[in-house]
Amino acid sequence: MSIGGWSRDEVARRISEDLRDGWYVNLGIGLPLLVPGHLRADCEVMLHAEHGLLGIGPAPEADPDPDLIDAGKNLVTLGEGGAAMDSAMSFAIVRGGHLDVAIIGALQVSSKGDLANWLVPGRVPGVGGAMDLVVGARRVWVAMEHSDRLGAPKFVNECTLPLTGARCVDRLYTTRAVFDFRDGRAVLVDLAPGESVDSLRAVTAAEFEINLVTPGAAPRGSHGAERRKRR
Amino acid sequence: MINKVLASAAAAVRNIPHGASLGIGGFGETGVPEDLIDAVCDAELTQLHVISNNGGLGRPGGRGIGRLLTEGRVSLLTCSFPANLEFLDAYHRGEVEIELVPQGTLAERLRAGGAGIPAFYTPTGVGTLLGDGGFQSRFAGGHQEGILAPPKERRMFDGRAHLLEHALRPQFALVKAQRADRYGNARFRYGARNFNPVLAMAAEYTVLEVEQVESDAIPADDIHLPGIFVDAVVSR
Repeated sequence: MSIGGWSRDEVARRISEDLRDGWYVNLGIGLPLLVPGHLRADCEVMLHAEHGLLGIGPAPEADPDPDLIDAGKNLVTLGEGGAAMDSAMSFAIVRGGHLDVAIIGALQVSSKGDLANWLVPGRVPGVGGAMDLVVGARRVWVAMEHSDRLGAPKFVNECTLPLTGARCVDRLYTTRAVFDFRDGRAVLVDLAPGESVDSLRAVTAAEFEINLVTPGAAPRGSHGAERRKRR
Repeated sequence: MINKVLASAAAAVRNIPHGASLGIGGFGETGVPEDLIDAVCDAELTQLHVISNNGGLGRPGGRGIGRLLTEGRVSLLTCSFPANLEFLDAYHRGEVEIELVPQGTLAERLRAGGAGIPAFYTPTGVGTLLGDGGFQSRFAGGHQEGILAPPKERRMFDGRAHLLEHALRPQFALVKAQRADRYGNARFRYGARNFNPVLAMAAEYTVLEVEQVESDAIPADDIHLPGIFVDAVVSR
């Protein structure tokens, strides 16, 4: 076992390095909600909430407004340049390829880039906007713990839980590594401090190829840009 | 003279029968027509087909869609996120049915219903239980067999698979806005808009609950929902 790895906040900071100034971004619940706390000062992004808000900001320090919530029903603020719209226009933004990236949590990701994040049999069958986001956003990035609470791998060769989308993930950030998906194959592109390829393989069920890039020289944030154009 | 303002929520829901299809606005607890839902509960309507994004929270003594579900008035819920625990228990016992719809597909099915488009193709849901079929819409229970969602018709566009989705046209819609005038022209506030405009457009008969009825008409450029989509207005 490894003693390395990233904390959840360090994963969020690693993701923020890949975001570009001016992007429109949708954040799922869970680990992705930590990303705004790590945005660089020179990176202004507009956060989208699926029910019809663009430009949401952090929780209010005072005077909460019940009409300003995020997709997880948490109270938020609306920043400068923000906009409100109805659900049909909001999902035109999602499905129509207008979001630069959707960053979402996962129960399982497969080595082909399949995503399962909506249904555990016997629990709440809630899909929300997840299936729209994974087919519509120009890039789909998953942020998750490398293993579940019982230590079982979440990055696997085949998802055993029902899919949210097939071959829809462009990039996977875990607490141990970063993977890209190219033509249905997973490629290791970055390792957390203290991790080696061997230590990673020991805790990873999925097969992956290796194309580690020199830290700082990675084409960060560019992946997926050519694959999925606005439709 | 046009005046859509009614005296009470009870008067506004009087025409809704048992077993009606009923679209209800709101996302979480924002933009929910709570007075109208209370009126539907007080009228003791049952066997409703409710179309609403969320399945309410169902806190004891709570209002909103959760109250409708907790009181057992809903036999079929078309939604993207059913979170009401009592309703989910009834679902797992096979007493009620859930038509689970991706949120964007739900919005577009309503928009299409209001816009005269009978069906459309979308990439959402391809390769999933909701698109290819198999989602457990209803569990077996009592004398009824379980129901699995059927697969949707597929067609390729530009080399990519899409699914045929049908418009939704509820008989009634209960929607919420911040304010309206006597013509039914309405304005919403921030995230409280959500599904309310598309539900108002899609339903055969739409009741609008507002916090305030304006004494003057709302200026034309300030209107989010034109009154043509609204049949009755009630204020708190």
